[in-house]
Amino acid sequence: MRAIINGEPREIPDGLTVGALLRHLDAPARGIAIAKNDRVVRRGTYAQEVVREGDRIEIIRAVAGG
Amino acid sequence: MTASKSFGRWQVDKLKIGSHVFDSRLIVGTAKYPTLEVMQAAHARSGAEVVTAAIRRINLDDKSGKTLLDYIDRSKYTILPNTAGCYTAKEAVLTAQLARELVETDLIKLEVIGDPETLYPDTAETLKAAAELVRDGFTVLPYVLDDPVACKRLEEEGCAAVMPLAAPIGSGLGVCNPYSIRIIKERARVPVIVDAGVGTASDAAIAMELGVDAVLMNTGIAAAKDPVRMAHAMKLAIEAGRQAYLAGRMEKRLYANASSPMRDLIAVDD
Repeated sequence: MRAIINGEPREIPDGLTVGALLRHLDAPARGIAIAKNDRVVRRGTYAQEVVREGDRIEIIRAVAGG
Repeated sequence: MTASKSFGRWQVDKLKIGSHVFDSRLIVGTAKYPTLEVMQAAHARSGAEVVTAAIRRINLDDKSGKTLLDYIDRSKYTILPNTAGCYTAKEAVLTAQLARELVETDLIKLEVIGDPETLYPDTAETLKAAAELVRDGFTVLPYVLDDPVACKRLEEEGCAAVMPLAAPIGSGLGVCNPYSIRIIKERARVPVIVDAGVGTASDAAIAMELGVDAVLMNTGIAAAKDPVRMAHAMKLAIEAGRQAYLAGRMEKRLYANASSPMRDLIAVDD
């Protein structure tokens, strides 16, 4: 299925949780925060939150800024 | 207590933003330093207790794993995440919520830009985002024009401070409109933090002498030829400006007024 991850459409396996998606993407496990369809996914819920077809996922980190 | 007894007395002079209390009145950024090690040294020398950070998407192809947060000692510094780069209230609100989840803080520097060339804020969107973030429990510090009315409106929305610009972001022009900064400070019941446009130490001192509560700067330190030394200069300027403000400057006069006595002068033969 397709999901939009950081603005890019990507093919990902069906039924992944947010936690499984992070492992699938080989994304860092720490220093990040996630939103799904414009809502924050709380850190303790990655294993429960399921990604569905067309979901928009944002994975962010802190960068240098003023 | 008589007035004379308070002369020279070292007052407890803390910066309070919402429930957060700081000794330093200098807030510094984390961008544009030659290296992250220089940034760390500059932060230490500045005496700042609050440093800003931006929020961006991760690069899924970058496996290095280190982020800015690895270069900031959380036991020494409070992180003030920003919503820089946002152009709508909606973007800013989600960015703030992500920042809160990431950094575990209720503090947010709210920045909603209205124009890419001047980087002036969009006041209407900033107000909208501020109202929503205050409702959501954030301690909101909005970047705002040096506009006393906009500052008042943001305060009325429940912002914990207002942060009028001294000059455009990254311009280093110093306090362009000291009169409006003074009016903002006179009317505000929340801390006023001059944010953006400070180029050198005297700019920071001028801002503090106007009575503002703190100054937030990034490029003024990071783009100096020696950022670590400039960080120290800014620390001294902030402290000097604050003390001068508390001391209360003398009145300006058009003509001279001798400091040495005019009596008992010696005389010589012509």
